Amino acid sequence: MKSFSGKTLSWNTVDGTVELALHREPCNEIGSATLTELEIFVAALDTLQKDAHSVIVTSTRAEGFCAGADLRELYNRSKPMPAADRLHEVRSFLERIHKVMNALDAAPFTTIAAVHGVVFGGGFELALTCDLIIADKMARFCFPELRLGLIPGFGGIPRLKRDLGNAVVRDLLLTGRSINAAKAQSVGLVSQIAGEGDALRVARATAAQVKKFDRETAVTAKRFVKPIPHEELRQEIELFCQLFSRPAVEAGLRKFVESTDALPYLP
Amino acid sequence: MNTLDQTTEEILNLAATHFHVPREQLAPNDDFFKKLGINSLQALDLLTRLEQHFRIELPDYELQGVTDFRTLAERIQSRL
Repeated sequence: MKSFSGKTLSWNTVDGTVELALHREPCNEIGSATLTELEIFVAALDTLQKDAHSVIVTSTRAEGFCAGADLRELYNRSKPMPAADRLHEVRSFLERIHKVMNALDAAPFTTIAAVHGVVFGGGFELALTCDLIIADKMARFCFPELRLGLIPGFGGIPRLKRDLGNAVVRDLLLTGRSINAAKAQSVGLVSQIAGEGDALRVARATAAQVKKFDRETAVTAKRFVKPIPHEELRQEIELFCQLFSRPAVEAGLRKFVESTDALPYLP
Repeated sequence: MNTLDQTTEEILNLAATHFHVPREQLAPNDDFFKKLGINSLQALDLLTRLEQHFRIELPDYELQGVTDFRTLAERIQSRL
């Protein structure tokens, strides 16, 4: 499937680059619909690699790249369920999203996240699966999960630990603060900063450069330098599920859902 | 180093320019959420522009409960 147009995302292959664009209102919150379409994308990777050498993950939403997991869906779906069923539902979702994230992380392409605006929670975790992050100068990165009594659950901590110094990981995680693109570049998270509105253009230029290299060599180099931290990713699912069962999380999610604020968990 | 008044003035100018509000309609004690008509997403945008303008890092938790330009200027001033 060279191209696809779904409810939450679409992709197209142009000049050897697959452009995966998230387009769900309001800011690409990742719920069951996005997960299903990401699974379709991951299943198409084998076919796509015949015509493409790189993947750009981007967003068409003005608000940003992705505001993270769809917490409203999570709360509304799990609220009427008995506690055991609720946990089963969450674990099942996490298992599926981890499969998707792991497949993107290991994909035999050079993958580039072209991000702008809000890059929060699950959106940050999606960007972290990519080989390179190219950020609009107005992008902000954040793991707000601790404010809800949770930890990031889509593979964020193991991937951050893989890519950054532990002190930076602790700063982001334990304060829940957001950092701007310049700070993210200074700690080694962001590869390049683009002017406002130019992240996709810069990502395309980078993809054009990547295309010059032998595919097999690039894939070999990627596998060598970017191991998937499978054991820690498993641990993350277990820790998330342990935390999710506590009443404090339900209270935090309720507060989030009842708020009309665009980013209820901030500042 | 900027005085608090200078910092406040620079914030007001930046907010007026970026959110297209006449400068003369903004005052130091105004509630910037109401006066600029912004939500928390746009407040993050303002935060990024302030960080760039003053070349500082201003963690968003420092803005908890801050709604007026003057207090915002105090927070910035403490990091200049």
